[in-house]
Amino acid sequence: MNPAKDAAWDIRIERLEGGYGSRRIIKGMDATFPGGAITAILGESGGGKTTLLRILLGLTPPFSGRIFMGGRDIFSLTPSQFRRIRRRFGVLFQDGALLGALTLAENVALPLTEHTKLSRKVLRNAALRTLELVGLEQFADFYPSELSGGMRKRAGLARAIVTEPPLLFCDEPTSGLDPITSAQMDQLLLDMKKHYPSMTTVVITHDLGSVRHIADHVLVIGDGRAAFSGSKEELYASPDPYLRSFLDREAQEERRMTAPPLDESVRAALAEWLNQ
Amino acid sequence: MKKTSLTLQDLAAPLLSGLNRFGEMALFLLDAFRQSFFTHRLPGKVVRQIYTIGAQSMFVILLIGIFTGLVLGLQAFYAMSMFGAQGMLGSLLSLTLIREMAPVLTAVMVTARAGSAMTAEIGVMRISDQIDALAVMDISPVGYLVTPRLLASLAAFPLLTAIFNVIGIFGGYLSACVLLGLNEGRYFSGIESSVTMSDVSGSFLKAVVFAVIVITVCCYQGYNAHRRSDGKGPEAVGNATTSAVVVSCVLILMSDYVLTSFLL
Repeated sequence: MNPAKDAAWDIRIERLEGGYGSRRIIKGMDATFPGGAITAILGESGGGKTTLLRILLGLTPPFSGRIFMGGRDIFSLTPSQFRRIRRRFGVLFQDGALLGALTLAENVALPLTEHTKLSRKVLRNAALRTLELVGLEQFADFYPSELSGGMRKRAGLARAIVTEPPLLFCDEPTSGLDPITSAQMDQLLLDMKKHYPSMTTVVITHDLGSVRHIADHVLVIGDGRAAFSGSKEELYASPDPYLRSFLDREAQEERRMTAPPLDESVRAALAEWLNQ
Repeated sequence: MKKTSLTLQDLAAPLLSGLNRFGEMALFLLDAFRQSFFTHRLPGKVVRQIYTIGAQSMFVILLIGIFTGLVLGLQAFYAMSMFGAQGMLGSLLSLTLIREMAPVLTAVMVTARAGSAMTAEIGVMRISDQIDALAVMDISPVGYLVTPRLLASLAAFPLLTAIFNVIGIFGGYLSACVLLGLNEGRYFSGIESSVTMSDVSGSFLKAVVFAVIVITVCCYQGYNAHRRSDGKGPEAVGNATTSAVVVSCVLILMSDYVLTSFLL
């Protein structure tokens, strides 16, 4: 499997429903993520973006529906067949999800360490080269707790791509980062696309600047369904009021603060505490 | 209509929930043993865990062992003096230590030191997506986190129990012979004449059973910290750690009674 040369894997979602317990969050979603493209998934907080990602990764079972990856219906596969498909995933979790007991180099080399018989030297070299790609080679022997949030995310990205996966999933890669580090993260994803043209990338984000910069394709989730699925240009040209309010960062009327939320008794208690 | 009396279902619910959890723990343990055939680079991971569970618990085991021996020697000396049976002190002390106190106290101390730490570590990994990250890299979380600890504990618990036995007998010697003046020969000949190989192997058998209990309970509690109903996030990890220590200690004492009744 080499995403630099092989055919790109597309992802097709059909009538997907999912959630947690009896709570339905994804409510009949249809969408397609084109192969070899960067697809950004946008939506309100709590709208189902992370639930969709967890279903795509096989971490949360769906209620119903189908997902095709590279033409194969992943829910019709046996567990061992699905594990073989999942080996082709690279995943950047929200906070990197690096193993705290391992150094950055050991974290990045982990998929290779656990699935190959390569020597320590070869593994370390592979880790260092991948860390170099994200600008962290001088921190190879640091532990995740010794790094900033942005560095942990970049290291998480290095671990996600060390196996050169055809499918890369990133959960909010720029959340909580300063504008310069966010721009570096975006540039990394674009560089990745240049190095691995057939890598299909799915990015969950709230960052409209990122979407404008990196996305080829956009899925907007609204009320658990695909409110929009299309190119970035089509999204920005759309007159749809929901999409416009989303893109123009307008708060919805029913959620505006029409009066201060605290009543007099709470204010009095606060004043008493502040004056102590 | 508001329900005013307890139904059979209400009464049975905690029992069914407990049985369900026991079944889950048994499957968790089986999976951990099964993963020993598939886990990559297992020997290195097991050696690291032997260091964490075994070597790093040595100091506390030495400390508890010596004071247990000292206090047992002291109590037994005065109690047996009332019947003029101080000569039996070596037998009494060594059999008490080897058959009961060494395996039980070793398991309880390792639960408090290493077991609670592994629950907290695995629990934090669970709530910070690290276990999900292992799963999506096609690395079995049970194989990576639990199997090495289980195999390491099967080696570490009997060794720590053996050390506890030796240091406890030495503690008894210090209090009874050095401090209270009991004849050394009578002390050691009492041990030699009463302790048999079946006592020692029984001690090791208990240590192995306790190792399986402690690792299964502690790892299971950490692994399922996110499913707890009594808290979420860090609070769930704290509660899981408390549960791990309490449940492990209770199960150690319960299984000790069962094992002793079979071994005697």
